[in-house]
This record gives sequence, structure tokens and C-alpha cells, in this order.
Amino acid sequence: MTDTATADTAPLMQVSDEIAIEIEAMNKWYGNFHVLRDINLTVRRGERIVICGPSGSGKSTLIRCINRLEEHQSGRITVDGTELSSDIKNIDRIRSEVGMVFQHFNLFPHLTILENCTLAPIWVRGVPRREAEETAMQFLEKVRIPEQSQKYPGQLSGGQQQRVAIARALCMKPRIMLFDEPTSALDPEMIKEVLDTMIELAEEGMTMLCVTHEMGFAQAVANRVIFMDQGQIVEENEPREFFSNPQSERTKLFLSQILDH
Amino acid sequence: MTEPATGFVRTEMLDPLAPPERAGGPLVWLRANLFSSWLNAILTVISLYVVWRVLATVVPWAANGIWDATSLSNCREIRDELYGPGVPGACWAVIHDRWRQLLFGFYPKALYWRPILALAIFVVTVLPFLVPALPRRLMWMAPVAPFAIFWLLWGGSVWTPVLAMAGLAVIWGVWSSVGDRHGAFAGWVAGIVALVVIFLPVGRAFDAVLGTGETWLDALFPLAGNIGALLERALPASIQSVITREFGGFELSFIIGVAGIILSLPLGILLALGRQSHLLVVRVLSVSFIEIIRGVPLIVWLFTASLLLNYFLPPGTNFDLMLRVIIMVTIFAGAYLAEVIRGGLAALPKGQYEAADALGLDYWKSMRLIILPQALKISIPGIVNTFIAMFKDTTLVMFVGLLDPLGLSNSIRADQSWNGIYWELFLFIGALFFVVCFGMSRYSMYLEHRLARDRR
Repeated sequence: MTDTATADTAPLMQVSDEIAIEIEAMNKWYGNFHVLRDINLTVRRGERIVICGPSGSGKSTLIRCINRLEEHQSGRITVDGTELSSDIKNIDRIRSEVGMVFQHFNLFPHLTILENCTLAPIWVRGVPRREAEETAMQFLEKVRIPEQSQKYPGQLSGGQQQRVAIARALCMKPRIMLFDEPTSALDPEMIKEVLDTMIELAEEGMTMLCVTHEMGFAQAVANRVIFMDQGQIVEENEPREFFSNPQSERTKLFLSQILDH
Repeated sequence: MTEPATGFVRTEMLDPLAPPERAGGPLVWLRANLFSSWLNAILTVISLYVVWRVLATVVPWAANGIWDATSLSNCREIRDELYGPGVPGACWAVIHDRWRQLLFGFYPKALYWRPILALAIFVVTVLPFLVPALPRRLMWMAPVAPFAIFWLLWGGSVWTPVLAMAGLAVIWGVWSSVGDRHGAFAGWVAGIVALVVIFLPVGRAFDAVLGTGETWLDALFPLAGNIGALLERALPASIQSVITREFGGFELSFIIGVAGIILSLPLGILLALGRQSHLLVVRVLSVSFIEIIRGVPLIVWLFTASLLLNYFLPPGTNFDLMLRVIIMVTIFAGAYLAEVIRGGLAALPKGQYEAADALGLDYWKSMRLIILPQALKISIPGIVNTFIAMFKDTTLVMFVGLLDPLGLSNSIRADQSWNGIYWELFLFIGALFFVVCFGMSRYSMYLEHRLARDRR
């Protein structure tokens, strides 16, 4: 689907040895339902990880645990050296370092595009308004919609809204970005504009965790693909191997269903 | 690839056409709206007849009204003389004679300028909050206005409101400086300590309302009373005091209604948030408060305020009745508002809460910046509905001995010259309430329209 990222850009996307996220023996239940089972995952700085799997496999829940939108019940999650506990200060610190993009954009409808982008820098980071607006305009230019900055979210198309959502997260200058099915609520014509923005971000070396079914995107930018089923990580490999030579039967079945049609 | 059997490729796009013109004119409108079927035609005719009958009775009665008379019997004499016996005619003379009382109660006549000036200050203060086109700078009046209005209405030493203001400023300073450095909890503790130690001036402020004598507030805040008295002795700056018993009429309803409206909104918001809280204690307290207050008629709470509270207060205490009524009305409306606002909170998509969390906003910031602006916008019709109901409910205070316009209409009838006059008084009082309530209703529609336009 996307072939913007070519062989020349790939070396730009360096992975360092520094650990960005470490998840150890993490478990989570919804009531009696064991939704995440013994998750172990280490993400290094600069990695682009695509998480896929059938619906209900726990992939969204996994990345929502990383910024504590969901609480895990056992195991450890360490983000940027800070362990997630119920300490509200740690949670707020991690949340301001980790940007998140949602399936349904979740822009604030009562604020303009510019205000959406400057709100958190001003109120969380204490950045002066003018500086926050300059930064916001830079990122809106980056996602190619600076001319919409005075409009309200309801006046924009879905693809534009999702790009604003990416810009809003970037305005906090996060070190890690989480994408929770960012293109699955979009019309086919708009998916590409959002993916292109994400690819650019990957090329700049952003650490990204992305729940998506866009396999073209996975092949183009991911350095690791994780396949989940029934709350577990079933298979984990670099994309070329993952797609050409899947190991588990479950992965083969999943790939055959989403690729052959 | 084979060609499809019936190929078609559009080479030119069609230009948009203007919509077809709609047939207009009064006859078309009449036909479509009033006589579209036999049933509608019959209903229209019946309705017109009823409207005509009502107008035919009311209009001559009001138009024949006598404006200049000394009593009801005098009114009737003049009417019989003018139109002949038995012709209906209103006796507006009672309004002409008593409108001051209906508006100001027994407030001293020479001091009418004070409530009028207070009203002007109130209007100038709230306008910039209601109309965003006005400059934001005008909002500086807001912290000072309540004290100025209080002083104008009740009078007394100027040091009372000044000290109360100073006390509040100190508390706010303590709360914000300690809160910034040592966290919100320490801020609250320091604020409460400051409240007990420094909020003393407010004791003096209440004293003025409470009238003479040693009060429980005086006992709580003796320092303030003394400072106030000392300042007054050194720099006397007093205006004539007016005690609560002299308040009445529409002025009284307006003070209670407006104070209730302004105070109950923050209370309602806090209760609505409390009801949604993750903390069990906060949630249980909020739910019980709302349910208990809402489950008992307002009149019972007013009687509680006027009678029962005296049993709990130290003997000799004279805790101002108007203050008690305002507190009760506020609490009552707050409980209703909490439920209205809860509806607004529940209507917001979960994604809004999550997006605010994910950006690192703490609870109060996400509520203030993201959740409440949207939830309150959704709740505007319900909030204004509650305000209107509450404003009209202020007429219930007549049962605890305050002379609201209805209470005054009774005492006007107690005068021999106006014994037996009902309609004219009720129409006048009704019109006063209607103007205010209709104003609120129109404002809420303007507000909804404006917010909808902003966000399309």
C-alpha cells in the first residue's frame, strides 16, 4: 500500500541500545477474563514496532497499559526509566512523555485546531502561549494542515483530524508515540495521508508502537512485527521474515486471511 | 480486458442547479398550516373562538383600568361614573399606589438609590461574563462587586466588607502559595488554618447582617470584630444600616434568586463530579447529599432553616434569616443542578476523558479545560430550567416570614383601602417574574446558538 519509505531512508531509522520501554511478566484481567497473559517486551529507542492480531487479542489493551489508560495487575512496566505504579506523579510524568493517537482521533471539539495543539504544552509543561503556538504551527505544517489552524475539529475530514491528533501529540515533544489503530476509522482515500505522516515520523527516529492492520506500513517502516492472539505474544520477528516465513500456525492463518483477498 | 457491454464515461461534470422555488404567500401559508385538513380546519376555528373570548374579556377590563384612585371602593366609584355600573375595569391604582413597596418592601424610601446602584454594579459585573464580545478587562470587578453590593444593601461600616475582602485575599494567597510548594493537600490544610485565624473579618461582616448582640460568629472570630470596631473608631466610614426585616418585594426575591443562582452552580458542579468520583467516600457523600436534599420539599428545608436551626445554635444567636434562606435555596438548587450536569458528563464520549489523560493533564485541569466546558454546554437547557424554577421558588420564602412580592400582596390587602384586590397585584407580580425568567430563557438560547456556531 505504501512504498514511500525506500531503501535509502531505511538506514536513517537507527535503533539505539537505550531501552525506552520494558515490560516484564505483565498480566491483566477484566474481572475474571485474563486479557493479557505474561507479556514480556523490550522496546529500544528508535524502534518502530507494529502490533497486529485478530480483534480481542489484547493489542490495544497492551499499548493502553503503557500510558496507564488501563491498569495492569501484575508484572512491571518501565517507561523511560520510570516504573508505572499507582503513584499519580509517575503516571502524569509518563503520560507527558508518551504521545498517543486514538482510533477515533478524540480531538477536543470545543477548541480550535491550534488550541487543541497548544493546550497540553501550556497547561502541563507551562510553556508560554506564544512559544506553544509557534511549536504547534510547526507541527501543523509538518502534518500539512497549517491553514486549518483556526477551524474547529468538526469542520475537518477524518484524515485531517487524525493528522491534527498526531500533531497534538507531537506538540508535547514526546519520546515515544503510541498509535491505537490510527487508520481503521478512516475512508480508504484518507488512510494514505495519515500513513505518510507516520512514515515521516518514523524516518525521524521516533520510537513508535503501532497497533494496525496496514501490512504495507509494517513492511515499509517497522523493524519488528508482533503478532498477538488471546492476550499473548504469539510471534515476534522482523517484517520480512514475519511475512515471508511465519512460524506459528496461528500467524499463518491470520496472514492468509488479511493478505489474500 | 474486455470492454463492458454498455460503456459510459462522463466527459463533463454537471453544474449545480438552484433549488426549485417554494410557493409562498399568506394564503398558501394559511392553507398549509391552519386548514390542511377538515380536522385542522375545525380545530383552527375552535381555537380562534377561544382566543377571541379571552381577549374580549381581558382587553376591555385592562384598558378600562383606573390608574388614579385612593382605594378599591374609590376605584369602583370612578369606574361606574365613567363606564356605567357593572362594566368590567381593572383597578391599576393599587400598582400606582404601592409599586415602591412591591419592588423594595420596607426598605427606607430615602435609600432606594442603594439597591438601584447595587443592581447597576451587578449588571456591569456579570455582563462581561455573559457576553464575550465585551472586553475581558471588565471582569476585574468580579472579586470586588459582591462586597460592594453587600455594603450598599445592608449598609453599616465600610470596614466590614473591606476586612472580609482582605481576609479572603489572605486565605487565597496562603492556599495558592502553600499549595504550589507542598501540594494541594497542604494547601487546603493551610487554607483552613488561615480561614480560622485570618478569616475573622468575615465574622464582622456577618455581624452586620446578624444585627446586634453577641453571635456565634462573633465568638468564633473575635479578632475581626475588634479590628473592625477599631478601624471604624479611627476612620469612621459608615452608611445607614438596613436590617433584613426591612427588605422585601421584588428586591428580596431578586437578591435570594441571584445569590442562589450564582452560588448553586459551583456547588452543583462539585456534587456532579463527586458523584462520578473514584473515591468511595466522596461518591457516597455526594449521592446521599443529592438524594436527601432532592427528596424533601423546599418548603420543609425553608422551615428547617427558619425554625429548627435555632435549636442547634447557641442561645441568643440571631443568625440572619435571609442568609439562612439563601443557603437553603443554594443547597436545594445545587442538588438539582448536580443531576442535570451529571447527565452532561455522562453524554461525553469516553475518548474525551482518555485524550485528556493521555496528554498528561491532571484531574482538575482535564475537568476544567476539557470535560466541563463540553458537559456544561450540553446541560445548558437543564441548568437554565433549574435556575428559572429556583427563581420562582423564592416566592416560598413568604412562609418563613420574609416579605417577597406575594407576601406583600397579602399585607397590601390587609390595608382596608385595598381589601379584596387580587388580579391586578398578581398580574403585576407575575409580569415582574416573567420578565426575568423570559430573559434567562432567551439568554440560554442565545448561548446555545453561539456555542453551536463556534463548534459547528
